[in-house]
Amino acid sequence: MNRPDPRPLLNRREAITRLAMLLGGTIVGAQVFLRGESLAGKSAGPGFSPADIALLDEIGDTIIPPTHTPGAKATGIGAFMAQLVQDCYDEEHQAIFQDGLVKLEAACVRQNGKSFLQSSPAERTALLNSLDAAARQKQNPVHYFRMLKELTVLGYFTSEIGCSQALRFVETPGSYDGSAPYKKGDRAWFSPPNHFIRS
Amino acid sequence: MSEQNYDAIVVGSGISGGWAAKELTEKGLKVLLLERGRNLEHITGYPNALKAPWELPNRDINTRQLVKDHPVLARDYVLAQSNVDYWADERECPYRETKPFDWFRGYHVGGRSLMWGRQSYRWSDFDFEANAREGVATDWPIRYQDIAPWYDYAESFAGISGSKEGLSQLPDGQFLPPMELNCVEQDVARRIKAHYADRRRLIIGRVANLTAPHNGRVNCQYRDKCWLGCPFGAYFSTQSATLPAAVQTGNLTLRPFSIVTKVLYDRDAQKATGVEVLDAETNQTREFKAKIVFLCASTFNSTWILMNSATDIWPGGLGSSSGELGHNAMDHHFRCGAAGEVEGFEDKYVYGRRANGFYIPRFRNLFADHRDYRRGFGYQGGASRQGWDRNVAELGIGADFKEALTEPGPWGIGMTGFGEILPYHENRIYLDKTAKDKWGLPVLGFDCEIKENEKKMRVDMMNDAAEMLGASGVKNVRTIDYGYTFGQGIHEMGTARMGHDPKTSVLNRNNQVWEAKNVFVTDGACMVSAACVNPSLTYMALTARAAAFAVDELKKGNL
Repeated sequence: MNRPDPRPLLNRREAITRLAMLLGGTIVGAQVFLRGESLAGKSAGPGFSPADIALLDEIGDTIIPPTHTPGAKATGIGAFMAQLVQDCYDEEHQAIFQDGLVKLEAACVRQNGKSFLQSSPAERTALLNSLDAAARQKQNPVHYFRMLKELTVLGYFTSEIGCSQALRFVETPGSYDGSAPYKKGDRAWFSPPNHFIRS
Repeated sequence: MSEQNYDAIVVGSGISGGWAAKELTEKGLKVLLLERGRNLEHITGYPNALKAPWELPNRDINTRQLVKDHPVLARDYVLAQSNVDYWADERECPYRETKPFDWFRGYHVGGRSLMWGRQSYRWSDFDFEANAREGVATDWPIRYQDIAPWYDYAESFAGISGSKEGLSQLPDGQFLPPMELNCVEQDVARRIKAHYADRRRLIIGRVANLTAPHNGRVNCQYRDKCWLGCPFGAYFSTQSATLPAAVQTGNLTLRPFSIVTKVLYDRDAQKATGVEVLDAETNQTREFKAKIVFLCASTFNSTWILMNSATDIWPGGLGSSSGELGHNAMDHHFRCGAAGEVEGFEDKYVYGRRANGFYIPRFRNLFADHRDYRRGFGYQGGASRQGWDRNVAELGIGADFKEALTEPGPWGIGMTGFGEILPYHENRIYLDKTAKDKWGLPVLGFDCEIKENEKKMRVDMMNDAAEMLGASGVKNVRTIDYGYTFGQGIHEMGTARMGHDPKTSVLNRNNQVWEAKNVFVTDGACMVSAACVNPSLTYMALTARAAAFAVDELKKGNL
């Protein structure tokens, strides 16, 4: 099942389609969201150590770094990624993700001569940019870096910091203006993920 | 076995049942409103309605466990932790699929009136006359003029916002002020109107969200979280509107956890005497008696009750003598249309989250238009600027990537058709006595499919959408067909249709079961054809109409 990406397919029951479409593709592990019957009997997930979560925090903070607003680490992105992989990914994608952390460290040693945590911010960014380029070339099976990037974006922009500092969030707008003025640089309003409203 | 007596019993508390309870209590009847599921209180029953995105577990991304526990809900967008408690648990209430069928149900006080899409359109005589004109199925026993005053009545109470358009295929109603089309939708609306010389029109959706305070209810706050329940009561639901009105009369008794297993039928009087109820908590069976019974248990469950009633007289159940009970099941087929990108409007954005989109009323097979299929379709869609979850892959990672996603992206627009499904006798539901639900009750089986007429229509649904977007200057237009499973529209209709003749229909023109005049079926089961517009408003109008008729007949001693 495919889903549209410009989301404004909006019809009757507005509900968030939780299925799809982060970064222009189906969210990694989406078969989890799509095919419940294939999940029976699968394991509880890989489990993540504090060291894994510290590494994920730094990876997340390299993908979405602090600027004039906090970066992904400030939102607890490592723990968020671990939890989603644990609770929401299927076994196949859990394995790709977990192997990916090992591969990422190996690539870092090859490229920078040291571990990710020991690398400088510039070295980290260069490494992840090269992985990002590689991930975009690889559709099936999915590249682990796409998982890291998607989870970082998802976790960051649905966090309190992401919603209300990087974006603008109003719980109760109270009114609607369909032709509101906009100037370049104005922050986007938070909208729920995959928010193409459906029937 | 104890007995309790009421003037009227209403089975089901969703959109139709809520209306029946309101109308009958307001006319002075002592009413027992039976709901198979739990009570769900207005406002306090909506635990996630005011939560921020970061307060929802897993940010409301489905977990493996949730999907595993709800394999049917997981087939479509309906599954989410934040409102999973509003959907019937398929482990307790299984059903059989001879052919694939998505059955999404709400078993609690309010039913699907809590989760409905709220799009509210009138039928026209094009719809009521279509069967007779084309020789399809049977004729509707009513016409637009019979129901028009009841549309007025239902809209005036429910609060429907919309624009008056003067279209004969989509009659205007008693509208609250319309919501606003956004700047891109306005532009596309202008271009479509010009390009098609006003034979096609893009209008704001007519929606049961208040655009002004109404009957003591607050107007819509543009939060776009209706499916979690509205603590402002700003959209029509049983909880926000009909139930408080019924309670206020002092004539209502609401009984949750009451599964109606059959209508009790007196063969000599040829009338119902009440209903049998299985208490969903205690598994005790008891009977309730009343002068009239309104079945508003949702389309297929009202038919299920009839199929289980008076089987000593009619093996197929009460209302089965025509051979049509359980047949002619309908829905709307959808999930096909077109989408594209819109250039310009970079200096425009929206404020507020409008829980509504645009609507393009039917234009096929009307007036001078003739296609190689019957009936037609309308479109629902919307335009918006892309958000943080768009693809900006070219920016890689880091500060530029982050900053790009904190600004809105380009505008896009998309729409999906909602098409009429013809009433086919062979599209049927049936009792499967080999399977049982949690309470040991037989389950429903579904044997329904779309046929050539619908498949031909889907080609137009895609191509017409693409053509209109192209004619409106939309770029990179692409057609969409995500496929459709019967039931997925959650516009369940038919299986106990109205008609002129007891030989070919289950109900008469006043929604009375031919064989039991004091039993009324006023939910989607009564529909004779499906039209292409969202049906709930029509259930409201038919229910109010039948309730007025029933009380009148009761007073005359005819029931």
